[in-house]
Amino acid sequence: MNSESADTLQSIPLEAAHIRAGARMAPFGGWNMPLHYAHGIIHEHRHTRSSVSLFDCSHMGQFRITGESVAADLDRMLPRRVSDQRVGTCRYNFLLAEDGTVVDDIIVYRLHENTYFVVVNGGTIDGDANHIRRHLSDGSVFTDASATTGKLDVQGPGAAGVLAQCGLPAGALPRYFRFAETEIFGIPCLISRTGYTGELGFELYFDAARSLDVWTQLLVCKNLEPAGLGARDTLRLEMGYPLYGHELSRSTTPVEAGFGSFIDNDRPYIGADSLQRPPGRRLTGLRFDGRRAVRAGAAIESVDGALIGVVTSGSFSPSLEVAVAMAYLDVFSATPGTAVIARSRKIDIPGVTVTLPFYARGSVRDTIAV
Amino acid sequence: MKRFTEEHEWVEIDGDIATIGISAHAAKELGDITFIDMPETDVEIAQGDVLTVVESVKAASDVFSPLSGIVSEVNPALEKNPEVMNESPEHDGWICRMSRINTDELSGLMTEEEYSDFVG
Repeated sequence: MNSESADTLQSIPLEAAHIRAGARMAPFGGWNMPLHYAHGIIHEHRHTRSSVSLFDCSHMGQFRITGESVAADLDRMLPRRVSDQRVGTCRYNFLLAEDGTVVDDIIVYRLHENTYFVVVNGGTIDGDANHIRRHLSDGSVFTDASATTGKLDVQGPGAAGVLAQCGLPAGALPRYFRFAETEIFGIPCLISRTGYTGELGFELYFDAARSLDVWTQLLVCKNLEPAGLGARDTLRLEMGYPLYGHELSRSTTPVEAGFGSFIDNDRPYIGADSLQRPPGRRLTGLRFDGRRAVRAGAAIESVDGALIGVVTSGSFSPSLEVAVAMAYLDVFSATPGTAVIARSRKIDIPGVTVTLPFYARGSVRDTIAV
Repeated sequence: MKRFTEEHEWVEIDGDIATIGISAHAAKELGDITFIDMPETDVEIAQGDVLTVVESVKAASDVFSPLSGIVSEVNPALEKNPEVMNESPEHDGWICRMSRINTDELSGLMTEEEYSDFVG
């Protein structure tokens, strides 16, 4: 991402374990993270699509918010209601500024009637904590549990098989966007059926002090291999999932990013007024003919040479074996099937707008056989 | 005779033909190579000019020409299978051959031993 010097990077608990496992480490959002292991990003990507991978996401933040007025507080803050969310479910949501732009994209878990667990991006923890605290009423108690919470993601069509090997049979696993509070290897663990890859998968939260135990014992499982943030990025790109700092930021709104139908328009919340205007641009998928990547920042032009937008993420797609990108395009140019030209490093690369996701064969919603 | 540049290209001289590629160290650093913008043949290139662009999943990197000369042949294996550059960067993954080279330019390049010390 940005130029982050090594001496200011924060360490995750498993840093040494990753290095021992052959990881190439790289800065991401202020954290020193595994980019890939010995077999490389493409192998890890394909292994996640065909089998199952283990991702360390301990850089991400977790907050616990409790109190009788929490549901009302969060409803005033978030564009998707949490007060009608059932205990045991997760919901994708956004922290918004008054102008409707995105402070962060988050997942809200309703742990109990008056307790919510909020998962946020690793590079935005402090800003998110300040934002939420500022908008809570006096009776709500906010705890930043980021430093004491470990997070490992088991992602891939073989994910349920891995958890079965760990003593969690299919019947014990939560359904899509639900969670269960259970144990793994005798360690208390919250498991949600969520992820960022487009495959069947689970996110595991546990005491950060037990990270090495969980990591080491999981990796004994048949088929499970470690995968880094490089594969996580290409996997999410193929699904058209936004990455904070790219598709979502303080200069974009959830409506522009394509989440207009997710968010409530029948009640007030922070930023609601700003989201009423129809957006002038729209997050759009671009598919190119060749393998040459079009990367973030590249200009997109119409075939007659007019500037119509800019790329937010782009890469060679290991599943499609061509380059794909996401870009904010002028709404009049965002219709699927529109021919465009990407200007990348002074070279013109022809492409076409397509509907997201790029990759539609993922196992993310598959039913687990019990 | 094989020489290396500080930009991690290698050049091997056989008579009056130079074969050019990127070092095993560079290929490892780049990670999975997904695309190579092959140079055009019959084009004259000066030492230090951009010869091609190699893309990995994460980034695009310029490859600079270790010598001046004329591109006489490009490696057809790389166009369909850029991963050959990861698998065999200093043999099967060669990028191009050059003729009409100026061997005086080799004096500024590193031997294999010097390059090995250079990359540590």
